[in-house]
Amino acid sequence: MNRTLKFLIPLALFLVAVGFLFKGLFLNPREVPSPLVGKPAPAFTAPILGEAGKNFNSKDMQGQVWLLNVWASWCAACRDEHPLLMQMAETKRIATYGLAYKDIDAEAQQVLVAMGNPYNKVITDADGKIGIDYGVYGVPETYLIDKQGIIRYKHIGPLTPDILLTKIVPLLKELGA
Amino acid sequence: MKKLILILLVFSHSVFAGTATPLAEDPALEARLKAMSQELRCLVCQNSTLADSDAPLAEDLRKEIRGQMRAGKTDAEITDYLVTRYGDFVRYRPPVNSNTALLWFGPFLLLLIGTFMMVRVLKKQAGDEAIEGEDA
Amino acid sequence: MMPSIGELALILAFIFAIIQGTLPLVGVWKNKTTLMNLAVPTARAQSLLILISFAVLMYAFYANDFSVLYVASTSNSQLPLMYRLAAVWGGHEGSMLLWVAILSIWTIAVTMFANNLPDSFRIRLIAVMGLVSVGFLAFILFTSNPFDRLIPAALDGRDLNPLLQDPGMVFHPPVLYMGYVGFSVAFAFAIAALLDGTLDNAWARWTRPWTTVAWMFLTLGIAFGSKWAYYELGWGGWWFWDAVENASFMPWLVGTALIHSLAVTEKRGAFKVWTVLLSICAFSLSLLGTFLVRSGVLTSVHAFATDPSRGLFILLYLVIVIGGALLLFALRAPNVGLGEKFGVVSRESFLLANNVVLAAAAASVLLGTMYPLLIDALGGGKISVGPPYFDAVFVAIMAPGLFLMGLGPLAKWKKASIPEIGTRLKLAAVVSVVSALLVPSVMGKISLMAAVGVFMGVWIVSTTLILLQKRINTKQVAGASLMDNLKAIPLAFYGMLLAHLGVGVFVLGVTLVKGYESEQDLRMEVNDVAKIGDLEFTFKGSKKVQGPNYTSSQGTFIVSENAKKIAMLYPEKRFYPVQGATMTEADIEPGVLKDVYVSLGEPLEKGAWSVRIYIKPFVQWIWAGCIIMALGGLMALLDKRYRIANKNLGREFSRESNQETQEAF
Repeated sequence: MNRTLKFLIPLALFLVAVGFLFKGLFLNPREVPSPLVGKPAPAFTAPILGEAGKNFNSKDMQGQVWLLNVWASWCAACRDEHPLLMQMAETKRIATYGLAYKDIDAEAQQVLVAMGNPYNKVITDADGKIGIDYGVYGVPETYLIDKQGIIRYKHIGPLTPDILLTKIVPLLKELGA
Repeated sequence: MKKLILILLVFSHSVFAGTATPLAEDPALEARLKAMSQELRCLVCQNSTLADSDAPLAEDLRKEIRGQMRAGKTDAEITDYLVTRYGDFVRYRPPVNSNTALLWFGPFLLLLIGTFMMVRVLKKQAGDEAIEGEDA
Repeated sequence: MMPSIGELALILAFIFAIIQGTLPLVGVWKNKTTLMNLAVPTARAQSLLILISFAVLMYAFYANDFSVLYVASTSNSQLPLMYRLAAVWGGHEGSMLLWVAILSIWTIAVTMFANNLPDSFRIRLIAVMGLVSVGFLAFILFTSNPFDRLIPAALDGRDLNPLLQDPGMVFHPPVLYMGYVGFSVAFAFAIAALLDGTLDNAWARWTRPWTTVAWMFLTLGIAFGSKWAYYELGWGGWWFWDAVENASFMPWLVGTALIHSLAVTEKRGAFKVWTVLLSICAFSLSLLGTFLVRSGVLTSVHAFATDPSRGLFILLYLVIVIGGALLLFALRAPNVGLGEKFGVVSRESFLLANNVVLAAAAASVLLGTMYPLLIDALGGGKISVGPPYFDAVFVAIMAPGLFLMGLGPLAKWKKASIPEIGTRLKLAAVVSVVSALLVPSVMGKISLMAAVGVFMGVWIVSTTLILLQKRINTKQVAGASLMDNLKAIPLAFYGMLLAHLGVGVFVLGVTLVKGYESEQDLRMEVNDVAKIGDLEFTFKGSKKVQGPNYTSSQGTFIVSENAKKIAMLYPEKRFYPVQGATMTEADIEPGVLKDVYVSLGEPLEKGAWSVRIYIKPFVQWIWAGCIIMALGGLMALLDKRYRIANKNLGREFSRESNQETQEAF
């Protein structure tokens, strides 16, 4: 018996490997989860788009649940999620701030004029420094930040109604927003 | 006037043979950056190192690393800075921790087990009777 | 019309493959000759049909038939003919068709050259190859049909990825696949033997030449790929431990182990269980490689076509083929005997040690490749395992193996004495240690890694030469000339010498290029001169060049060494409009001692360019080493004992007539 068992080891190892490969089929190797989830959102102060001389300070957001949506006029995928952001803005359910990542002010404004402005404010990050602090690697990205200023959720890629309903809305309820 | 400048330019090129200058202001710092970024993974094009990637984010990160190097940060501190933002994914050399113990020590353990099994097999296979060597 | 013929041929091939893989097996089981006789004709028909469908697809590329979806997505009318034909395997569907086309070449070869085998064994062998083919044909027909039509036809195609528009694309994939798929023959031999219950010396003897051919192709295929990456990617890297590179390297490591354990099984009847397991593993790892590339489970430069349903299909196929094979192994292996006895120190034991090292090395590559997936699946987040890991772990595991390589071939079969081997190798040890101390100081920088690497490389080369010298001495016939003595040595022995020599050359190349390569990033205006050591690079400006399907900025550089002109280099920056891609085409002056490698960066103001210059010492030795290894395989293959075996020997082989060549390895 023992002798036969020994010869089953290769098969057993193979089946374990198959289990992982199967699971792997449903994982996205390109999606890198952020280590910042559960940690305080990096603080920053940056100019507000279209309001010359005025700065946005992330500390002012304490006590509010808000979304930080990283986008850019040069980003094609951002156009995909824009209508959804517009719908969200209409419900006034959550404060949404845009971060114009490595963008030219005029071009960013043009997009907002053409497609509508879903944001409470748009913050500019012309040199991408804030992006680096938030670990942005592919726009669009969306961060959900709670009243204590902790990042509770991060989505990489365009927002979809599915993500909104299954991830963001339940979290909003939980966070009391 | 434009023509004159053009002529001057062409002229200057053909007459003065200059010495090529390093692209980087500080070659020593650049060499350090190169060595370090060779072990870091580019997040955008995921299959090249930060050193070899042409992606804009890679360029920004290299700029950031240069800045931090000038500010006197050590390589370990800079790596930590990146890991807190992007996670262990950016490290081509995974850190040794409980998650990666199997990765780092597994192959050597296997080599040990293999050697142990080999010795057992050899003892079993070796006959008691005197064996003559065969020349090859 | 034509594409439909291709598709029809593929469907017919699928049907024939099903017959080939089932009825003859039933025939052997029930002892029905009529069913058994179906094996060869169905195998040949199946293979021919696949080759026809491959030719049809190739014709569609030749004729720019953009009514075929696959052609429209991987080719373009402006693409030069050579690349249009290579574009056949430039995408997912075509690579899969290439896979089965190469399997059919191997199948035809088996039906032609394996006719000295006992009937039941030969028929099982062919049937197993049919079963391998069935799965792949089903995969192509159901998930990746290269003949899917595009209606209405596209006006022009989306072009082949510019990265693949290179002569490397013509040779690398077919040669690599010849190796990959070639292990299916060794696999089929193993399964047939397990079914037959006849694992013995003869089985090992039949398997050996097939394994050697596949190994030879795989060696060349990997080397081609590495060389291609070296000049194409523009930064002079030749191996990146990318998932797909690893996928081809694992079967190579296991295949190398297999070649060595087959030697013992043939000679001594020992390690049979282990050898059969290696035969299964070599091909399983080839299949796993296909899965990794095609399913998109791992990100990789090569994963150009990814789709989870395809992944699921291949995974199912893996479970059936590999799982089935391992189950059969578990059922049959316990009844396999031990074989002849041999001493604890002997050629046999050295070969077993070699196998332990190679298996652990292959496992380290497998673990490193799969680990990110493992951690992710367990919810541990994303990690990366890259070159720093493999450089550390793989090299540490291989190092003792490289050292043993010098000892093993000098050990006598059955029983060897360590002091005796030691005496013989004194000279090699002295030469290696002196080189390890000397070479790094000559190269200008002393490092432990370089010293160890040089020691290993020189050790392997010098012990191999001592082996040759010893061989000449012991087999000397009185009065014979050196030439006669050299001729008396069987080709298989030369094959082993060459293959080992190749490893030594490879190790030296890797060590020296890793330890002593240099790189300069420069800003060069026209007529600027860059001095690097004894070399001088003069930039003579850049000009626009129009290619067949690209526009290019071509720089001109004069390279001189000690004030003597040695080369003109023309690196390019190309723009391919169809895909809007920019490609860096480096220009290289290769040399025995060093490569000079120039690539253009970005254009700067006033006709100046950013320029990258690499000096890569001994880098050509890497590929030279691989070619020498492959030549070793070829030599071994040409040995007369395989020809004798093919001509007139069946189950038994005459020990006397082969004594000489048998001892060779």
